[in-house]
Amino acid sequence: MDDPRLTGGLGLSPPDPLVIAGQAFSSRLVMGTGGATSLEALERALAASGSELTTVALRRTSPEARGSILDVLRRVGCRLLPNTAGCFTARDAVRTARLAREAFDTDWIKLEVIGDDRTLLPDSVELRDAAETLVDDGFTVLAYTNDDPVLARHLAELGCAAVMPLGSPIGSGMGICNPYNLRIILEQATVPVVLDAGVGTASDAAVAMELGCDAVLLASAVTRAQEPALMAEAMRKAVEAGRLAYRAGRIPRRLYAEASTPTQGVPDLSDRPAEGGQLEPEGQRRQPAPAGDG
Amino acid sequence: MTVIVNGRPAQVDPGQTVAGLLAALGHPPGGPGIAVALNGEVVPRSAWSSTGLDDDDRLEVLGASQGG
Repeated sequence: MDDPRLTGGLGLSPPDPLVIAGQAFSSRLVMGTGGATSLEALERALAASGSELTTVALRRTSPEARGSILDVLRRVGCRLLPNTAGCFTARDAVRTARLAREAFDTDWIKLEVIGDDRTLLPDSVELRDAAETLVDDGFTVLAYTNDDPVLARHLAELGCAAVMPLGSPIGSGMGICNPYNLRIILEQATVPVVLDAGVGTASDAAVAMELGCDAVLLASAVTRAQEPALMAEAMRKAVEAGRLAYRAGRIPRRLYAEASTPTQGVPDLSDRPAEGGQLEPEGQRRQPAPAGDG
Repeated sequence: MTVIVNGRPAQVDPGQTVAGLLAALGHPPGGPGIAVALNGEVVPRSAWSSTGLDDDDRLEVLGASQGG
């Protein structure tokens, strides 16, 4: 409890760690490493994001390229979450996950099974099959999924450690297109829900957290911003602010105003005299409009 | 004999193992951060030195790269 990393450094708020598969993180922002123009830019952005978990892909390598991105992650203190990006079938995703486990000595996997190149939307059927196989094989599966409440429920029931619905297509920056589906997913969630994909700017991340998501995963919104490290800091603050707002409990939306200033004790500043020198009976006086300053 | 390493042909001596090939390519011993697939199947690190290569084998040598 005394670990300052788990208090969020906010003094007033109690510790509020993100817990996935028994592992606690003080940051609820998971910044992926995709799309950075250089490893130096990536390192600055990761440090500014405060992320403690980050995604990497598995690709062909040569001895010269060895370890460089892993060195970055070690320096910024990020736990590594391998992904299965680029896989179109359950078979390829399962093989990629097993290779990632060999390479990185972790059984955590961000499971992505893509339906086509143009939308990069998850292939629900292949995703479900891959998730089942990997869970049975002892993996801690964080499943990137469509914003489909039924599929999300299936993924949780078959043992995924987290479900990660998209807000909108990968790299589209369109934010959360269907907050209603996301609300249903959140309402029935039995495992952490991480908004994954679609975040374009800080307000998108804040909205995800205000809706009740446990965390936000993003990459392009930071790595392809004009100033990645600045955007990373914006995302960190947006996720923190959104989480605090969620915990604080927002006021309901209403069509008409509701004054915050009391209407009792409003003085009578009219210039007409009281009739017959009598005091105007309470209740017959025209109510002045309440002050509307807030 | 010829094997295909990451899509490119490579000449190796008969009897060469996965571990031997990785060393010949310049990977450090034990290959930290590396995974190997032989004809699409994962070769566990513990089996690298006992897994021999055959003509036309397809080897993928994989490591971490940027990705969301």
